[in-house]
Amino acid sequence: MERNEIFLGIVEILKDIFDDDELEIEESTSSEDIEDWDSLEYINIIVAVEKRFKVKFSVDDIKNIENVGAMVNLVERKMSN
Amino acid sequence: MEELKYPFDSAYILKKKKSLKKSILNKKENLIELKIAILSGSTIGELKNILEIFLLSYGIKPVFWEGNYNRFYEDAVFGIEEIKIFNPNIIYIHTNNKNIEEFPEVFESDEETERKINKIYLKFCQVWEKIKETLSCSIIQNNFEMLPVRLLGNQDTVLKFGKLNFIKRINEKFYQYSRQNSSFYINDIEYQSACYGLDKWFDNKLWYMYKYAFSIDAIPMVANNIANIIKSIYGKNKKSLILDLDNTLWGGVIGDDGIDGIKIDMESSEGMIFKDFQEYIKSLSNMGIILNICSKNENEALKGFEKESSVLKESDFLIKKVNWKNKDENIKEIVDELNIGLDSFVFIDDNKMERDIVKQSLPQIETLNINLPEEYINYLDRAGYFEVTSISDDDKKRNQYYNDNLNRNSAIKSYTDYKDYLKSLSMKCEVSEFNEKNIDRIVQLINKTNQFNLTTIRLNYDDVKEHINKNCIAFCSRLIDKFGDNGIVSVIMASVKNDIADIDLWIMSCRVFKRELEKTMFNVFIKKCIEKGVKFVKGHYIKTKKNNLVSDFYESLGFKLIYKDDLSSDWIYEVPIKSDCLSNIMEVIEIGKE
Repeated sequence: MERNEIFLGIVEILKDIFDDDELEIEESTSSEDIEDWDSLEYINIIVAVEKRFKVKFSVDDIKNIENVGAMVNLVERKMSN
Repeated sequence: MEELKYPFDSAYILKKKKSLKKSILNKKENLIELKIAILSGSTIGELKNILEIFLLSYGIKPVFWEGNYNRFYEDAVFGIEEIKIFNPNIIYIHTNNKNIEEFPEVFESDEETERKINKIYLKFCQVWEKIKETLSCSIIQNNFEMLPVRLLGNQDTVLKFGKLNFIKRINEKFYQYSRQNSSFYINDIEYQSACYGLDKWFDNKLWYMYKYAFSIDAIPMVANNIANIIKSIYGKNKKSLILDLDNTLWGGVIGDDGIDGIKIDMESSEGMIFKDFQEYIKSLSNMGIILNICSKNENEALKGFEKESSVLKESDFLIKKVNWKNKDENIKEIVDELNIGLDSFVFIDDNKMERDIVKQSLPQIETLNINLPEEYINYLDRAGYFEVTSISDDDKKRNQYYNDNLNRNSAIKSYTDYKDYLKSLSMKCEVSEFNEKNIDRIVQLINKTNQFNLTTIRLNYDDVKEHINKNCIAFCSRLIDKFGDNGIVSVIMASVKNDIADIDLWIMSCRVFKRELEKTMFNVFIKKCIEKGVKFVKGHYIKTKKNNLVSDFYESLGFKLIYKDDLSSDWIYEVPIKSDCLSNIMEVIEIGKE
């Protein structure tokens, strides 16, 4: 899967979860940029991403996701394993 | 909401929760508001949001109070005053096997494991008892699911110091408590986790990082189960099934294949599938669910039930519409003849086109999305339409009641004067105060009755008990006639202060409309007022979507209007020195307090 495809998939998840189609998301977007993005929603995002790309993150993986770009990297790495 | 129907897509619900909530709120009107306190044994998180969505889809708007993380015991035992301020209708205790602090050790003595069982049981008991003595609300308690690992392998469930055995014994104690305490309900996560699959149920990562006791993906299933319990407590269960015939109750098309050709027996796998499905439907009927048929067929088709191997017989069905009319028309007729709300029915038909027509024209009717015959039972069972929270004697007899009513309706046609018809019924009204025998039925009626319901106040078991401990006039009545016993069908409750009786609640089952029972009830009520020295009676009408029937009711009894706005009206009645008889069509028998 292309990197951009993963990025767009994650963008779609974020738009669904925050119920906002206008949301502007870049690789540098993080919880700081989206008002409703609290720890509860963070887990929901993780679970939705795992499900969508059929991957499993470890406790260690999750600790180090600082923004959307890092999440794309992680999915890319997991999918190539 | 199609998205919330079994088998639902959990990931979709979780992802779309915000837009789902919006679209339900746009569609539903007249939601009943319920206050729900959730006590925590682990992270509640998303469970609350998803529970809200399922409840909204049942017409219930929840307001939540959330306890502190893993403080269910402390919040209830030491912090009950704070919960009391919130004054919940329901308390849900969100615990699971992570909340069992002490398991047996290997080779531990039976006495020691017994002691540990009692210790954990008593801890929970203390929570429940504290709630019970302080608040009048229903309690929903999770049982414990099995563990993901078994130290003793297959013996873990056998030996008394096995952890699985230990959990099963605690669960049994919980069930015992539930059997002895009304308004206490178990949410069976042992079963739910098994259905879901234990391996998927436990998600170690979520536990260690966020203290979610089980997988987020399982949350919609658990929330749906809790919502089913709540909707059942508040009388929103379905009451009746409308079934198609060909390829729904038997395999094949009777018009083409003939009676001998349809599949309903042990001779083929197809036949077995339909036999099992019929057995399931028969059990529902035994629970008090009313069965009806709606089939595009010649009337001859009913002969299919004469087959010896057919579990269901024609007499198991109350109303049979077997003709070539459109199904939505037939269903409308069934609804009118039974006189229960559209939203009490589930329609089952293998033909998607027929289902779509009914969905389109009668959206309040629940249409079961079925696909493969071998899965029919699962679809019907998991939907939770008939979640049992109490079974009153009335449920067991419900089919009989409605059958008697159909006989009455055919008798009515032979009388030209309605009064003559009523007289011919030789009705008897048994009036009784509330007691242990009738209280379950009274609570059920209070929560289920929509049409003849002046105030639509919903009360649980404890509320009712509390009410009758005060100075009040409260009684229920049973109506018996020559066609049979209708059971307890009407309840009136009024608080008495000084010389004024204020009618808080007055309801009557739609089974007995137009029988002058309401007038008879009022006669009895006024008699009791005179005995108590009451001079004035106050009545209130609070408008809902369904109770327009009684908007002018107090006026018809001779009350005077004292206040009126768009949503409600208040009425007053001066008690005469000697009561006038509004109706003497039936004999009144007063049954003493037991």
